Amino acid sequence: MRSWVLAAGLMLIAAAGRAETVLGATYLKLREPPRPVLSNLDPIPEDEGIAGARLALADNMTTGSFLGQSYTLDVVDLQPGADALTAARDALATAPFLILDADAATVMAVADLPEARDALIFSVAAQDRILRDEGCRANVFLTAVSYAMRADALMQALLVKRWTRLALISGPTPADRAFAEALKASATKFGLEIVAEKDWSERADLRRTASAEVPLFTQDLPDHDVLLIADEADDFARYLAYNTWLPRPVAGSEGMTPVGWAPVLEQWGAAQLQSRFEDQSARQMRPRDYAAWAAMRTLGEAMTRTNSADPATLRAFILSDEFELAGFKGRPLSYRRWNGQLRQPVPVVHPRALVAEAPVTGFLHQRNELDTLGLDEGESACTLFGDAK
Amino acid sequence: MKYLALTALLFAAPAGAAEIWVTNEKDDTISVIDVATLEVTRTIPTGERPRGITFSKDYSKVYICASDSDAVQVMDAATGKILHDLPSGEDPEQFVLHPDDKHLWIANEDDAVTTVVDVESRTVVAQINVGIEPEGMAVSPDGKTVITTSETTNMAHWIDTATNKIYANTLVDSRPRHAEFTKQGAELWVSSEIGGTVTVFDTATQAEKGKVRFEITGVNDDLIQPVGFEFTPDGKTAFVALGPSNHVAVVNAETLEVDKYILVGRRVWHMAFSPDHTQLFTTNGVSGDVTVIDVASLEPVKTIKVGRFPWGAAMRP
Repeated sequence: MRSWVLAAGLMLIAAAGRAETVLGATYLKLREPPRPVLSNLDPIPEDEGIAGARLALADNMTTGSFLGQSYTLDVVDLQPGADALTAARDALATAPFLILDADAATVMAVADLPEARDALIFSVAAQDRILRDEGCRANVFLTAVSYAMRADALMQALLVKRWTRLALISGPTPADRAFAEALKASATKFGLEIVAEKDWSERADLRRTASAEVPLFTQDLPDHDVLLIADEADDFARYLAYNTWLPRPVAGSEGMTPVGWAPVLEQWGAAQLQSRFEDQSARQMRPRDYAAWAAMRTLGEAMTRTNSADPATLRAFILSDEFELAGFKGRPLSYRRWNGQLRQPVPVVHPRALVAEAPVTGFLHQRNELDTLGLDEGESACTLFGDAK
Repeated sequence: MKYLALTALLFAAPAGAAEIWVTNEKDDTISVIDVATLEVTRTIPTGERPRGITFSKDYSKVYICASDSDAVQVMDAATGKILHDLPSGEDPEQFVLHPDDKHLWIANEDDAVTTVVDVESRTVVAQINVGIEPEGMAVSPDGKTVITTSETTNMAHWIDTATNKIYANTLVDSRPRHAEFTKQGAELWVSSEIGGTVTVFDTATQAEKGKVRFEITGVNDDLIQPVGFEFTPDGKTAFVALGPSNHVAVVNAETLEVDKYILVGRRVWHMAFSPDHTQLFTTNGVSGDVTVIDVASLEPVKTIKVGRFPWGAAMRP
């Protein structure tokens, strides 16, 4: 009770000075179980995702300082297997805005909490189809690019080069499988041919023997233009490049990769976002950082334009024609009104440069060329956003 | 085409050797175009990633934003020699020279700051906190107001030059890039690259008067991205560069309707008129060239190859 009085007193002081609108958000991270990988070269940063939301918080605060608006961001960082639902309940009890860095099952469970009914949740990690399809939730926006969007971006880039005969090697994890499925569906969608598929099965330590093992493993693949690799766990793919039987480029999870964000982006003002991020976090910006940045900036943009911190008001604005987010990818970003997915270009990159930015020129769509990437309205079983159509 | 070029030659400015100076941001050079011959006559080295460019009132000096050198360079316009650098703050991208010919107002993109530099004493007079990624800079003809637009904060910040304090902040559509006063300072125009609009403000009240919107048949709306623009001397017409749509819009400044779209090179950024305003030179970033537009007929008459990623343009009579 005492804290209530205190809070009310603070509000009065704020109101007396300047009627300030405050938006409080929570970043809830449920860490994934550690995964064994062959190489230790590229550890995942501890603050992956969180750092992106923090940068957007700073961006929002600067804008807010001119408008009498401010933002807060609490971070709840959970170890694998922790009780995310209780943590989400606690967070939603203080603020109705949740940035959720968790797997698809957790996203759906959190969205279904009674406490989340009037909340706005941004899913910044899960790329799964289910969240864009029959498992969508009306209170969940998706800022991470989906497996389908990434696969479509890659296929567009390959098709314009007429590299249309593809072989596919898939790893064993659920993420590997999901990305492989998306690649196959996208190849069918755009008329490319997957001439052979193989499951990754080598158990050798490829750090020492890749040059001996990989040629044998790839020797029986029929001729192809490009070798696709689905290795979302970042385990073996790095050892396939330059070790294949046939001299072929690799793409997918390695080599030429479709991503939500990459350090090699510099056009469209991206260089400024990269340098602000590196100044803040002393590392390069990753796709999850970008998705979290976009989520927090979406809230900022919506509050800037509506001068409201009410979730229903913001949701309506975010789904309206008025909403557009400048996302440093050369086109305005907006949300799909059939499943809450953030519409965005998907760069196809190699480690040193941008190869192509999808939608690739020539891929047309009756509504918006960005909708050539990922689940289109007719393909998605999601109907929960129907009120906004 | 040859005939058109010849026509352009006949119309070209008679006196002296008027020039258009173009900054090439990925070559670290300036290409100097002779307005009479429409040829590049010389290429001058600059600091790293030159973008904004403007001449002193007597055209003896040229100021260059060398963004990646974190400097504004002062060059002798006759010899092309760098005289000295000005203390500019980090990552200067665009600037505007005050009518007093003495104060340069600089947008420091990485620092969310506008820096005021005295070009004579070469000292920083003031720094003003503005929104994230300041870029567009404009000064009112009476010199009383300077505008900074911030790309990520999506605002025009109105700064009183007497106090160096912000007295108004006005929201515009996403990613504002360029600002200009017109009608003797009665109106301020601000382009929004991602928003795809130009917002017109009444200077006295800072209230929005209207918006220019664009639509080009066969070009996706997303790619129509207004950036640099210039007015004809009578203030009746604005030419607006539309970025990756590869067009320049001709806008009636009274009705805010677009009269015509002129096809130019790829990713058009900024522009400068010839001294007699019969020709307009646009910088085309991706195609690495400059399109010359005949202002009377509103037709492109020539493409001039310059350096890599031309960005800024300024006229020297």
